[in-house]
Amino acid sequence: MRDARAELFLWAAQRVTAAFLAVFVLVHLATIVYAVRGGLTAAEILARTHSSLAIPIFYAVFVLAASIHGAIGLRNIAAEWLGWRGASANAAVSLAGLALLALGLRAVLAVSA
Amino acid sequence: METLKVEVWRGGAEGAYQRFEVPRRESQTVLDVVTYIQRFVDSTLAYRFACRVGMCGSCAMTVNGVPRWTCRTHVDKVAREGSLTLAPLANMPVVRDLVADMREFFDKWGRARGQFSPTRTRHQEFAKVDPRTPERREADAAIECIGCGVCYAACDVVKWNREYLGPAALNRAWTLQNDVRDGARHERLDAVSGDAGCHSCHTHMSCTEFCPKHLSPTRSIAGLKRESLWSLLHARGGKP
Repeated sequence: MRDARAELFLWAAQRVTAAFLAVFVLVHLATIVYAVRGGLTAAEILARTHSSLAIPIFYAVFVLAASIHGAIGLRNIAAEWLGWRGASANAAVSLAGLALLALGLRAVLAVSA
Repeated sequence: METLKVEVWRGGAEGAYQRFEVPRRESQTVLDVVTYIQRFVDSTLAYRFACRVGMCGSCAMTVNGVPRWTCRTHVDKVAREGSLTLAPLANMPVVRDLVADMREFFDKWGRARGQFSPTRTRHQEFAKVDPRTPERREADAAIECIGCGVCYAACDVVKWNREYLGPAALNRAWTLQNDVRDGARHERLDAVSGDAGCHSCHTHMSCTEFCPKHLSPTRSIAGLKRESLWSLLHARGGKP
């Protein structure tokens, strides 16, 4: 029964992160469209990301949601398309999720003040 | 006389199609065609049927690549240029010829806790269930399943994951989750959760597309997902 609860939790986590991602992607795209109207420079981008703590926090949560969502998705693909289930598959997708998280957070830190 | 060219699967998992010529008749069903072959051409042909009127769920086969109940499927509707290809149902082991082994299919009804768990004894009053309540309407919408296996044969997730309980078993579980007399709803929700359960459904809707009774197992599975999400939020609270 424990397994069933764990699977249910992962399923719910993927749906919840998907809901977050839908909003994040829209905000991200809207910001890009707004920001590039006057041309695009690194200095301008950095000025904006340094301007407020809200932007790094927004992107840190974005990265967290994406890595959780992606890792669970990879787990499903491994199970259904490759028949790869169990401890080794769980370890592999956890690693992939952590790698996504590390790469993403590194990028967020790099543009933060 | 007009004839129908019929390719029929012969053998078990290994085998080949055999060609038969069958006289074409008015209002002929696919089951009529198979019966003609067995009675007048080759008495060794194995196939399964019982009621012939769409009640028992025994005669489903793959007809021109699609799972169908053969007793209610008219040749007019499915023949392609005067020919038919008949095979046993997919996603089940083949016993012989057109007979598929349905044990796994029905065992999964048990694993999905498809058994009614009574909360009263025969010494107590009858339960009075109002047919207009939302729970009873949900159960009634899914209750007419005849267990023919068409949805199971049509399901991609069953093909990918042999452990997956399948549309019919999950549909059965949903009718019981909406039965106010049942006392095992928490246990059943656990039984239908997880890798083999409702959360693996991809909502391809093949079950709903091919169900000869026009039920929607997809809707039932969505109901189970919704209920399991509530149970997670309410920490064992069951229905809100």
